[in-house]
Amino acid sequence: MTLIIDHLSKQFAKNGQDTIDSLVDINVEIRDGEFICILGPSGCGKTTLLRIIAGLESPTTGKVLIDGTAIDRPNPKMGMIFQDYSLYPWRTVNENIAFGLELRGVGKDQRDEVAQNFLELAGLSGFGNSYPYELSGGMRQRVAVVRALAVDPTVLLMDEPFGALDAQTRNRLQHDLLEIWDKTKKTILFVTHSVDEAVFLADRIVVLTPRPGHVCETIVVDHPRPRDRTSVEFAKVRRYVLDLINQPQCTLQ
Amino acid sequence: MNHDFSLVGMLQRKSFLKFLLPAAIIVGWEIIAIVLDNPFILPRLESVLSVLINPTVDILGNGNLIDNAIISLERVVAGFIVATVLAIPLGIGMGRSDTVHEVFDSVMQLLRPIPPLAWVPLALAWFKIGLVSMVFIIGMGAFFPILLNTLDGVRGVKKTWVEAAAILGARERQILTHVILPGAAPTIWTGMRVGFGIAWMCVVAAEMMPGTNSGIGYLIMSSYNWGQVPVIIAGIIVIGLIGIVVDYLFKLVERSSFKWRELER
Repeated sequence: MTLIIDHLSKQFAKNGQDTIDSLVDINVEIRDGEFICILGPSGCGKTTLLRIIAGLESPTTGKVLIDGTAIDRPNPKMGMIFQDYSLYPWRTVNENIAFGLELRGVGKDQRDEVAQNFLELAGLSGFGNSYPYELSGGMRQRVAVVRALAVDPTVLLMDEPFGALDAQTRNRLQHDLLEIWDKTKKTILFVTHSVDEAVFLADRIVVLTPRPGHVCETIVVDHPRPRDRTSVEFAKVRRYVLDLINQPQCTLQ
Repeated sequence: MNHDFSLVGMLQRKSFLKFLLPAAIIVGWEIIAIVLDNPFILPRLESVLSVLINPTVDILGNGNLIDNAIISLERVVAGFIVATVLAIPLGIGMGRSDTVHEVFDSVMQLLRPIPPLAWVPLALAWFKIGLVSMVFIIGMGAFFPILLNTLDGVRGVKKTWVEAAAILGARERQILTHVILPGAAPTIWTGMRVGFGIAWMCVVAAEMMPGTNSGIGYLIMSSYNWGQVPVIIAGIIVIGLIGIVVDYLFKLVERSSFKWRELER
């Protein structure tokens, strides 16, 4: 699998005639199995970038290519995880997990089996017949992650998935996500505004500037996992990124 | 001051309050009836009760209370079904497509404030006296609450619910059946509940149209012509009771099937 973001720009119409630039000339090449964090302040267009990759929006110019094919609509190779979990509250946890399979006409028995496996992967065995409103935020997001995984996408797109969670739950989920990533070998694109989160998770951090967003630097983080948030090496990378996002080339366009 | 905040105490006080007004009304009614001593204006309680506790006894050759209530219910169900079958698809269409919304919105806005009973003369002119006229009037009453709530419900479906489904591979039709409909169902159901209530009001009024010869509305009107005030009051009570029961049934389904709307944080 290769995912290429090629000279991608996005403009939004503003009161009819004017347009505002949201993303300017984004170029990123993502390798199979890579964990990429897209880091940027609020309003820099990082969510828009993810939505374009998901095929939910189209770029103004440029394109996104997966294995050489341009994405112009939602693509089964992508799995998306939203910040608001976006679970279906009228469906049980199992029914949520198996939703994608149901849409594909997979039979009930097989769906139940797959749901059971992913329920275990999410560490939620025993909650299959619960409803989302009976779960905590962290548990809901775990369900959302395995719901996306259940249809076996190549790439997972995650839009500030842990942004609404408390710090402790958030750390736990980051840790568990790395475990799932290790087990499933998916390519992950993870949007965040948290430097700490990006340094903890990513193989590479793509740092975006404030609006209009463009790539100001791509940082390779090659520390072995599991990373220790309190270690000197971790602090070094963290400081580097924090310094970088205050540099003129990353604050001005 | 009452300082009893225990559950039992609160419950007792609440249920006491609940029965206070009905009891006062009944006592007041009886007193006024005795003082007035005119059964053509306000009959004694017992004469109304005797009509109510004998619901299978024929009244002035117009059939009994139960049969007439059932006839009214059948009419309201017919009109309600027609309204539902038209309003839900239109509401979904208007909620999902700006084009459909633009095409229908102005006419709907114009028709919506018209009281259903304003259609009575037109209904009579178009469909003559009979079931079709009644279904038309009842349908007019039920249609708009169902339409507006469906529209609201469809618009209230979370964007990310739809997007998540699209990314999971849902086709347009599947998004409708698996996301939009279940997501909007609680609001649509509320619209149906309100719509049925209005339809029930309309059927009684529609049955008072000249030429009708059955139904609870007709029974009341005919009893007026015969000076049978106890039957009028008994009929009104039956109308109220049926309204409560149907509303309760709607709420029962709401509570069991659409629990998630309340609990979703």
